[in-house]
Amino acid sequence: MAKHETPLLDQLETGPWPSFVSDLKFQAEKRAKNEEGIEFQMPVDVVEDLLGILELSFKHGRTHWKHGGIVGVFGYGGGVIGRYCDQPKNFPGVEAFHTMRVNQPAGKYYKTDYLKTLCDLWDFRGSGITNMHGSTGDIILLGTTTKQLEEIFWTLTHDMNQDLGGSGSNLRTPSDCLGQSRCEYACYDTNALVYFLTNEYQDELHRPAFPYKFKFKLDGCPNCCVASIARSDMSFIGTWKDDIRIDQDAVNKYVENDPAYPANAGAYKGSKDWGPFDLEKEVLGLCPTKCMKFENKKMFIDNANCTRCMHCINVMPRALKIGKETGLSILVGAKAPILDGAQMGSLLVPFLPVNPDNDYEEITEVIENIWDWWMEEGKNRERLGELIMRQGFQKLLEVTGIDPMPQHVSYPRTNPYIFWKEDEVPGGWERDVDEYRKHHQR
Amino acid sequence: MSDLLDNKEAAQDAVLEWLNKKAKTKSKFYIKDFYKIFPDDKPRMIKKVVNKMVEDGILEYWSSGSTTMYGIKGGGIQHSSEGEN
Repeated sequence: MAKHETPLLDQLETGPWPSFVSDLKFQAEKRAKNEEGIEFQMPVDVVEDLLGILELSFKHGRTHWKHGGIVGVFGYGGGVIGRYCDQPKNFPGVEAFHTMRVNQPAGKYYKTDYLKTLCDLWDFRGSGITNMHGSTGDIILLGTTTKQLEEIFWTLTHDMNQDLGGSGSNLRTPSDCLGQSRCEYACYDTNALVYFLTNEYQDELHRPAFPYKFKFKLDGCPNCCVASIARSDMSFIGTWKDDIRIDQDAVNKYVENDPAYPANAGAYKGSKDWGPFDLEKEVLGLCPTKCMKFENKKMFIDNANCTRCMHCINVMPRALKIGKETGLSILVGAKAPILDGAQMGSLLVPFLPVNPDNDYEEITEVIENIWDWWMEEGKNRERLGELIMRQGFQKLLEVTGIDPMPQHVSYPRTNPYIFWKEDEVPGGWERDVDEYRKHHQR
Repeated sequence: MSDLLDNKEAAQDAVLEWLNKKAKTKSKFYIKDFYKIFPDDKPRMIKKVVNKMVEDGILEYWSSGSTTMYGIKGGGIQHSSEGEN
């Protein structure tokens, strides 16, 4: 018999999808039985009370959570988010229900014994409820009390060699795709760079320094599996400078519908009858810049007009490959729609080499110039994208020392005004009046 | 770095004096608020001093989860109240 009646939540289990309500009920039952004999440090009925307060929120149409607080672990200004409920008498198990963010490994590679140890720790000192993973990329441990925080932190850092992630006005935990560890499209080693950035900027990750949150996300190629272009203040997207590599024999295999060369690497095979592969319809006709053609059994790509959309490579991976001169582009200013609406990232650096031998010097220089500007000029709770909108992209170019270039123009001919600065004009604002009067009367 | 920020004790005294002056109306502050105390210094240096004061137990963080603020340890509204007496 459940501790609280939950008729509204029960409805969520009737849909066609897996339900978090079923998962929570399973966990509530598991804790009640406690077959493993765990000495729970949170009330045994924490999950029951979580279901109960959620039901109440549905019923009232308003939240019963109070978020925020002074909780944290010693020396860290992030990684713990205080949560309290405003109905502690009715739901004592969730009176304090803090979230901990745990810095996920690069590429989210785990060993099963690591995950078991983490789950054992969380069953013991928390609610046992996790979120793998939060939108920041972190492992999210949901629900513990203030007293448990230091104990959990000690075990994570000493026994598991595991750090907390970022929250609040900190650098958030950098997040990446699998990159070159698994993916042939990756143009740089995302795992190595995310590991470097995480270590290099430990102070910013753990101690608040910024006007608001700041997110790095890394995508190995323009497929953007991490969606860094939409979700991070600074997005690192793999790209290449030279030509797409073409295997003409393989192109013809696709055209001939050779079964060993299925479109999209067979990803959609069997879901419905797609008919025979049609190069014109499925590749050439969908190229956004129309920079491809196929004549006399030969494919041509006008690489100067290619925008690296990846479509042709995704459809014909055995015939087309990314170029060999690889690096990354940096885009800045993406954010969710809290103020001024959602923004996608704007291209700041079209191409940078990715060089671990010099500690990614070219990349950290851009990062630190931007931080110095944002920390100085950003208003409280103003994201980088909002500062760029307020002071202008031109100002961003000035502070980063990057010269304007055609790739910076997203919409040409929208602003007819050009304002020159004195140092941009030969001779500045001073002029020789006598020389001027030789040609112009008073 | 200014002489004021360079002198740990003087810098901490300046922060506390400023916070106490504001205590009647406000108890939690953004990192940028501290820039006013050290107008000649870079934000990165200022945050080091302020974060050190948290480590030393003089100040404390308050975080909503998305934003972090600073206050004198134990001062102002804590989690258990929401502006009530």
